[in-house]
Amino acid sequence: MQRRDAIKKIMDSIEDELIICNIGFPSRELYDILDRDENFYMIGSMGLASSIGLGLALAKPDKDIVVIDGDGALLMNMGSLVTINACRPRNLTWIVINNGAYGSTGNQETYAKDLNLSEIASSVGLKSYKFEETDLKEIISDDECNFVEFNCKPGNSTAPIIEKTPESIKKRFMAIL
Amino acid sequence: MFNNEKDDKMDSTEAIYYGLKDAGIDFIVSVPCVNLTKLLEMIDEDENIIHVPVTREEEGIGLCAGAYLGGKKTALLMQNSGLGNSINALKSLTELYKFPLLMIMSHRGTEGENICGQVPMGQSTPLILEAMDFNFFKPETPAEAYEDIKNSWELSLKEEKPVSALLEIKYW
Repeated sequence: MQRRDAIKKIMDSIEDELIICNIGFPSRELYDILDRDENFYMIGSMGLASSIGLGLALAKPDKDIVVIDGDGALLMNMGSLVTINACRPRNLTWIVINNGAYGSTGNQETYAKDLNLSEIASSVGLKSYKFEETDLKEIISDDECNFVEFNCKPGNSTAPIIEKTPESIKKRFMAIL
Repeated sequence: MFNNEKDDKMDSTEAIYYGLKDAGIDFIVSVPCVNLTKLLEMIDEDENIIHVPVTREEEGIGLCAGAYLGGKKTALLMQNSGLGNSINALKSLTELYKFPLLMIMSHRGTEGENICGQVPMGQSTPLILEAMDFNFFKPETPAEAYEDIKNSWELSLKEEKPVSALLEIKYW
């Protein structure tokens, strides 16, 4: 399974949740699978999906927030693990798709290839799961801050470039809040 | 809220705090500086402000973007060294998506600095903000800081870019 299929599986459990999606192919693939007002696509600032998700979760405690992140992006912002653990907003689910590669730049290997990211998140204090061992719908709606690692193989689909301006992505997202 | 009579009595920290309050700021992220100690305590005690200490300033840029999406008015409190840690995010997230943001920076490496390590970044900080084409203020008194900070959120919304207050060592 590659990332596009992983995102498709995640989207099977999504209803009206707000999604913050990692830069590059992850956002392009989400856009291709199911473009919706509740999707915030990152166009720049690799590594900050989980931080944006945390800020949103704290500002909107009545909404469920799902972050679709990547292993390379997590490695770039490891501090986010401890900040999110310190805040633990009950409405935040942080999913890291670990394909062991910097997909959007040509699938160069990441150091996460041989790491168990859910164990790392767990050691920091976060409730952590492997995607295949959990019911995503259930943990999104529970009263915990959750970390989910979704292991898959590297590889990009042919998903198109997102034909929206950053400002229009922001305005559409904010209009539903 | 401050009237003109009270303005004269604000100390350097109170001026920033009430400037932030009167600007409507209700979400603050921070990385500490010794000069921000009392301000951080005041913010922690304020039940109407969500305050999140972060591990690195760049992380805070992400938090502020998310909080603004969720309807908050956001500010980042940090040392000017944190500007260096945040440059890409300020351009490829904050400016790219036209997020407003208020940055309160303790400007180290300025007149009176006794740690040599602060000097190179301190000297370059205003030049970096100019190169980034971001507006900034350098208030010298509490009354000036209060006015500048109070007006900065609206200015940031209008300019669709971050606005900063640089608070040099002699300000405190």
